[in-house]
Amino acid sequence: MAEKKIMLGNEAIARGAYEAGVKVSAAYPGTPSTEISENIVKYPEIYAEWSPNEKVAMEVAIGASFSGVRAMASMKHVGVNVASDPLYSVSYAGVNGGLVIVAADDPGLYSSQNEQDSRCVARVAQVPVLEPADSQEAKDYTKLAFALSEEYDTPIMVRTTTRLAHSQGVVALEEREEPADKKYERNPAKRVMMPGNAKGRHVVVEQRLKKMAEDASSMAVNRTEYRDTSIGVITSGIPYQYVREALPDASVLKLGLVHPLPRKMIEEFASKVGTLYVVEELEPLIEEQVRSWGIKVIGKEIFTIQGEYSANMLRKAILKQEIVTKEPAKVPARPPILCPGCPHRSVFSVLNQLKIHGAGDIGCYTLGAVPPLNVIDTTICMGASISMLHGMEKAKGKEYIKDWVALIGDSTFLHTGVNSLMNMVYNQSSGTVIILDNSTTGMTGHQDHAATGRTLKGDPTFAVDLEELCHALGVQHVKVVNAFDTKLLAETVKEEVARDAVSVIIAQAPCALLKSNVSKVKCVALPEKCKKCGMCLKPGCPAITKQADGTVKIDETMCNGCGLCKTQCKFEAIETVPMA
Amino acid sequence: MEQTKSIMIVGVGGQGTLLTSRILGGITTQAGYDVKLSEVHGMAQRGGSVVTFVRYGKEVAEPIVEEGCADVLIAFERLEALRYAHFLKKDGVIIVNDQRIDPMTVVTGAAEYPEQIIENLSKEYQVVAVDAMAEAKKLGNAKVFNTIIIGVAAKRMNFTKEEWLQVIEKTVPPKTVEINKAAFEAGYAGA
Repeated sequence: MAEKKIMLGNEAIARGAYEAGVKVSAAYPGTPSTEISENIVKYPEIYAEWSPNEKVAMEVAIGASFSGVRAMASMKHVGVNVASDPLYSVSYAGVNGGLVIVAADDPGLYSSQNEQDSRCVARVAQVPVLEPADSQEAKDYTKLAFALSEEYDTPIMVRTTTRLAHSQGVVALEEREEPADKKYERNPAKRVMMPGNAKGRHVVVEQRLKKMAEDASSMAVNRTEYRDTSIGVITSGIPYQYVREALPDASVLKLGLVHPLPRKMIEEFASKVGTLYVVEELEPLIEEQVRSWGIKVIGKEIFTIQGEYSANMLRKAILKQEIVTKEPAKVPARPPILCPGCPHRSVFSVLNQLKIHGAGDIGCYTLGAVPPLNVIDTTICMGASISMLHGMEKAKGKEYIKDWVALIGDSTFLHTGVNSLMNMVYNQSSGTVIILDNSTTGMTGHQDHAATGRTLKGDPTFAVDLEELCHALGVQHVKVVNAFDTKLLAETVKEEVARDAVSVIIAQAPCALLKSNVSKVKCVALPEKCKKCGMCLKPGCPAITKQADGTVKIDETMCNGCGLCKTQCKFEAIETVPMA
Repeated sequence: MEQTKSIMIVGVGGQGTLLTSRILGGITTQAGYDVKLSEVHGMAQRGGSVVTFVRYGKEVAEPIVEEGCADVLIAFERLEALRYAHFLKKDGVIIVNDQRIDPMTVVTGAAEYPEQIIENLSKEYQVVAVDAMAEAKKLGNAKVFNTIIIGVAAKRMNFTKEEWLQVIEKTVPPKTVEINKAAFEAGYAGA
């Protein structure tokens, strides 16, 4: 009997890639896709890397595929936007070795800036999509994706959602296949996407999808489960599990291939069932196509386009069941916060005191938007802080941005901030950019990047020097400041925002959660000296709490000894002591 | 057919709910059940309210536990026990680490931390409150408080102590096996 193991959806995708004989994997971290690469790296047979962004990762995978091996790029849904340029065109070129892109959507917005549906991107890019419903399928479909990619000469998207990516289920393991590398033959008509060639390839793409749609009705990955036929449900992915839970007696057409759709199979299913529903999270992609074939179907008129589904939601919407549940207790919200000892808190407390607005970016530091820090005014996407600040200046003039800075993390800066900074220099901006350099990709759980000096495999490598990089882009004024030196930081910010030229402040201090960053000291409050002024509470460190008598207490297990509270106290009522 | 069991592990991001869910996943898989666990990664892990769902049985479909359906609620913090109590079945059990961590809304004065949480929950549910942090400190490592809680929960589940210890040994980092086993024993004995 095959060995069985409980695996996270993402771990199962990594296993699927391993078993499929993948040789190259590239990715940029992003919830909920990060653990794919973190698990792939455990297989020495696979070359795996963190690329600086998803476009680069996609292109690395395309290059590997063209050279004849199986290759994969993984990313979160918004990463697909970054990678969409190569994705749309490699769809025309097709593959040599199997090429798979894993797109991890986030219905419910657990850790994202929007709730987009990557299936829509794939449809426009004319790329087929497989959607697994549990960890076992995550592994199986990843393997299948490589086989289909080679059979139909197309990149394949494996689409997951947070609930699948971060759920664990039982998986039967198999051996790794070692497919022979495909022979490389020069073929510019297929691989050089200039107008004359691309025109011809577009025809091939249409034919390929048509053929696949016809074949889809007999693919095992799409299946019908006939039970009571008064209700029929077309569904795929995690929603399939909710359908099975809520409607165990209903007939189900479970789609594994969600694009292109198996029309013949769907028409036959529709003819055999009474009321037909389509249950899909986010966009009505399946529903609209099915309806366009003249089939009567119920979908988004009773199901939401937002968030995640559940079995109870289906019981209410389809069976009109009244689900009586207890009222949740009215309790204070507990939103995520910056950790104790986080260097971003120090920078934000300085900016807050200087009443500076922050054009923000994507990372833990987005939390600088909420009380009590209230510094970040805008967050759109990776790298946008710098270019948006530039846009504000060009719209309203230099004076308008004298109380603004752009705030971007080190990993995000290397992802897509570099171009924006180059633009500021080129187009004569006078803005100030603060790079919050915590020496890691923090929010996704500490992944290395081009400036950390270490690869995904853990090998030492050249580390990009951010200061030198800024100089090379033409920034004349680059200052490096310790993020916890609040006095120097305040002076530097005042000086640089006043300057009529582009400037960069690199606020450095490692992430408090980095394993290499073990504090030797902790902070202790001295109640006899405390004047109860509350200044130390202002930065919002979770380790400090006000007690009933108005003095403060510092939780010794949470405190990281960063000393930010100490710098806020005018009465020497906080001291640092050696860690026990 | 044996009914599917539903367990929730709730706490504050950073408290180690993921390790606990791995141990629960390990023990149920080892016993041959179909198991699904659903976790929270990413931004919510930064000090926010986090929840992990564990479901096991002959065949498990959805990986989440819905309101009113949980058999056991393991809470690493008092306020989080209160926040998710309505997910429990009528006779559900709450195992709560008797610890208070103020959310930022309380720190900034925008909200008040509720009083008498355990007393109030005890009126409706079977509540087992443990000061696991104090116990863990006695063992010399505050971080293993969650393994003590597992020990307490284990007493109310159908697996043997040896099975639990085996899974703990396989799941926790090698250097911490002994202290985690000791923590489990402490919770198991105290429960």
